[in-house]
Amino acid sequence: MRALDRKLWRDLWHMRGQAVAIALVVMCGVATHVMFLSTLHALRDTQQGYYREYRFADVFVSLKRAPEALRERIAALPGVARADTRVVAPLRVDMPDFGEPVNALMVSLPAPGGLNALHLREGRLPAPERADEVVVSTPFAEAHGLHPGGRFHVILNGRRQALTVAGTALSPEFIQQMRPGSAFPDSKRYGVMWMERRALGQAYDLEGAFNDLAIGLAPGASAAAVMAAVDGLLERYGGLGAYARHDQRSHRFLSEELQQLGTLARLFPAMFLAVAAYLLNVVIGRLVTMQREQVATLKAFGYGNGAILAHYLKLVAAIAAAGIVAGVGLGHWLGGLLAGLYMDFYHFPWLRYTLEPLVVVQAAAVSLLAACAGAWAAVARVARLQPAQAMRPEPPARYRETLPERLGLKRWMSQPTRMIARHIGRRPLKSALAVVGIALGCGIILTGLFQRDTVGYMINVQFGMSQREDLSLSFTDPTAYRARFELAALPGIQRVEVFRAVPVRLKSGHLEYRTSIRGLESGGELQRLLDADLRPVALPAEGLLLTDHLGKRLGVKAGDRITVEVLEGARPRRDVVVAGLVKEYLGVSAYMDLAALNAFMREGPTISGAWLGVDRAQLAGLFERFKGIPRVAGVAERVQEIRAFNRVMDETMLFFTYVATVFAVVIAFGVIYNSARIALTERGRELASLRVLGFTRGEIAYILLGELAVLTLAAIPLGLVAGRWMCHYIASTMQNDLFRVPVVLAPQTYAFAVTVVLVSALLSGLAVRSRLDKLDLVAVLKTPE
Amino acid sequence: MNELAQAGRPIFEARGLTKVYEMGEVRVEALRGVDLDIHAGEFLVLLGPSGSGKSTLLNILGGLDVPTSGTVRYGDHDLTVDDDAAMTRYRRAHVGFVFQFYNLIPSLTARENVALVTEIADDPMRPEDALALVGLAHRLDHFPSQMSGGEQQRVAIARAVAKRPQVLLCDEPTGALDVHTGVMVLEVIARVNRELGTTTVVITHNAVIAGMADRVVHFGDGQVARIERNAVRQPASGLSW
Ligand SMILES: Nc1ncnc2c1ncn2[C@@H]1O[C@H](COP(=O)(O)OP(=O)(O)O)[C@@H](O)[C@H]1O
Ligand SMILES: [Mg+2]
Repeated sequence: MRALDRKLWRDLWHMRGQAVAIALVVMCGVATHVMFLSTLHALRDTQQGYYREYRFADVFVSLKRAPEALRERIAALPGVARADTRVVAPLRVDMPDFGEPVNALMVSLPAPGGLNALHLREGRLPAPERADEVVVSTPFAEAHGLHPGGRFHVILNGRRQALTVAGTALSPEFIQQMRPGSAFPDSKRYGVMWMERRALGQAYDLEGAFNDLAIGLAPGASAAAVMAAVDGLLERYGGLGAYARHDQRSHRFLSEELQQLGTLARLFPAMFLAVAAYLLNVVIGRLVTMQREQVATLKAFGYGNGAILAHYLKLVAAIAAAGIVAGVGLGHWLGGLLAGLYMDFYHFPWLRYTLEPLVVVQAAAVSLLAACAGAWAAVARVARLQPAQAMRPEPPARYRETLPERLGLKRWMSQPTRMIARHIGRRPLKSALAVVGIALGCGIILTGLFQRDTVGYMINVQFGMSQREDLSLSFTDPTAYRARFELAALPGIQRVEVFRAVPVRLKSGHLEYRTSIRGLESGGELQRLLDADLRPVALPAEGLLLTDHLGKRLGVKAGDRITVEVLEGARPRRDVVVAGLVKEYLGVSAYMDLAALNAFMREGPTISGAWLGVDRAQLAGLFERFKGIPRVAGVAERVQEIRAFNRVMDETMLFFTYVATVFAVVIAFGVIYNSARIALTERGRELASLRVLGFTRGEIAYILLGELAVLTLAAIPLGLVAGRWMCHYIASTMQNDLFRVPVVLAPQTYAFAVTVVLVSALLSGLAVRSRLDKLDLVAVLKTPE
Repeated sequence: MNELAQAGRPIFEARGLTKVYEMGEVRVEALRGVDLDIHAGEFLVLLGPSGSGKSTLLNILGGLDVPTSGTVRYGDHDLTVDDDAAMTRYRRAHVGFVFQFYNLIPSLTARENVALVTEIADDPMRPEDALALVGLAHRLDHFPSQMSGGEQQRVAIARAVAKRPQVLLCDEPTGALDVHTGVMVLEVIARVNRELGTTTVVITHNAVIAGMADRVVHFGDGQVARIERNAVRQPASGLSW
């Protein structure tokens, strides 16, 4: 046995180039597994621990105004463990030294021991009865350099009031803080703050009353039953419909992210390990073929099949083990980087990123299994060898004419070209698998880049074709239509389009969805609705247009009727026809003609806000003026939305791009280099014979590398198709109410993937070419095949 | 026998050739001062025990290897210069090789194995004619795996002569063949020498083959022991061993 082990190490040393290439592929598989799963587990742990320790509520509901006494009745509902009433108010913030509009959500401080507790980061909670102290969310504080003692102004129900920062904090309810209607956080322009309940209540005329409710469910209670009961109780208090955690924005955003990580954690390791298994199959297969005489000798000396099988499996395991160790290290490191990115992005109070033994064991077990499974067929051949037969050289390989030759192309094929074709055709399955392996590398690059392309496309559709305003402005309350003319009269405003937004519950059969209907003026240029082909659609005089995703959620199409329950004002309820569906990648909405919506609401011409086209030179002046208009609840600037989008992309996507590209290079190189090395051992003899016949180095390189070139060129289109398919798979897990990710791949992305594969092929080719130049011509003449 | 050619300058001239292989600690002197002239059109047999340096000499004559010292010249070509590109051109243009183990390309048919060489030659025969010359006109489209050893060796000869080389170098061409097939292969080589006037060098350690040659060079211990001239060349069919 000791001698056999020494042979193992010699064999490994002899095939070190190939062993390293395979170990690298195993490493990538293990690294992706460890990276994604460790990060995923760390994030899940954090999420769960954070929710538990800070008592994240299970059910949420906003309403207009209800007396505090109602709390007791809600708390007494079956299934409700705890009900916390709150006052919540969106408001404008006036930050010193920052001229642009800033909005915030002001929430009354949770009672001690209450739901959605704060995790104080700096300072302290506001002193009781100190109406001018606030806690601000950490990301917002960081974006503005705010610390305890810092001061700024807010517009509290139309009154400008100075506030002092008592502390900064994080909340499980606002892990991700996004302006309503925005898909990406912009901490500089939007934040959450908490102040003393009484002062906030006074400002909004909600003393002894509340306008928001957080509910903690008893263990095992049904959220749906509680929500129905709560909705019943709050109906007459302007309830906007209860929703469960699942629909809570911050939670939803985080959950979607975790789900995507889970998808990647399944997809990537599987691809790498499949390629590693394939490589081990061919490399070990070749090794066994070359060592058949040694195997026969060992058998003749009385080594059993078991010992010889174990010997080769040990070789495989040694290669896999090297990959596993390197992969665990790399995955742990990359996972730490990834977790760090998430930590920055989500502002968790803590994130314990650890290398879990279970993840490592899983990765190791799966990799070893894949490696041994890949090599098994090759190794098992050893067992079937009869010593006497194995001592003899293998019978010569059989070749046949290939399909292209039989189709008549033969005439144009030189003999070297025929050699290439026949060698590929001799083992079509092996050649096909090599093509698939290279194609996977090509495809992986696309998956690393597609999110960038896709998001660019989504931004272009959303902000280039659909929302084309410079500013969007919302009023604190529904406002008379004539405000439109006042806005139009402001200096610097070039175009005004107004809208009405009404919170509704849409129902179709047993399906329902809470959203808002937007009433738009027809013929709008700043806000356009697009059909499936992204052409602007005209607003119908009657009926609703729904986001296509909403149509799917409600199971309706154009021509169907749905029930609309308005959740404000006189709360009208009526069936309305769905006039059509519109394409939207972000959010979920319903649209109606403004006049029709006003009529539906049985109100005069009323608006909730406006989209403005402005002269950018006068922007600062406009912002100043808006500050003086109490009715203006908030102003958002479109370019800032786009910037927020891009910032998020740069922070998170680049990481994936780099990792995927590097890993794809490893796969492409691993497959091509190993194919080349095997081809070299298989064909070294005939190539040397050709050199003897007077063929030049270049001419024999053509024969060997030509085969690789054919495989690579065949792999590229397949890889682009497969990559698209993988992108579709990833995108299919990114279809939710927050966003629907289409698959868009820019030509440059395809070009990049193709280039990376070609460069990998070229490098592998050069690596083998140098060996080709050192072929020993005389040696091949002295030995039989 | 081509008297005229023999009268002129020899086509190979080797003087004081030595070849030393150094393998780690071990020094093997494969050639120890070989002087030899070979004339155009001549049929030469190299005879000697295994390990006496015959292949080493043949490889040097064929441009596959260079001597450690001494001079060797083919026409105007200096064969002592270790220049891969020049050697490749030399082999391509002037030399036909036949080896003990055939060294055919398994993925190419008989015709294609010959075409491999004719495609890169200046004034080649048609592959079919070359194969007819070795008596294989009926086996054109067979792959090596479908042919016997003798047939494969004859394909190798056809491949070697199809480009009409000036020299045909054969290293134990019958080494892997039985008697009957061996004789057939030797007949083909003799026929090429006779009909095409190709200078032919055949290595063997089988003394009986020597009867076919114009001259027999006896090799021993890396040196030319003696040179014998046959007054009459025997036909291969008359040989037996
Ligand atoms: N490439 C080589 N490396 C080391 N020794 C060699 C090499 N080729 C031949 N030899 C040695 O040189 C000597 C002569 O070999 P060779 O010319 O093949 O003899 P022959 O063809 O007469 O049997 C032998 O001892 C052989 O072992
Ligand atoms: Mg020899």
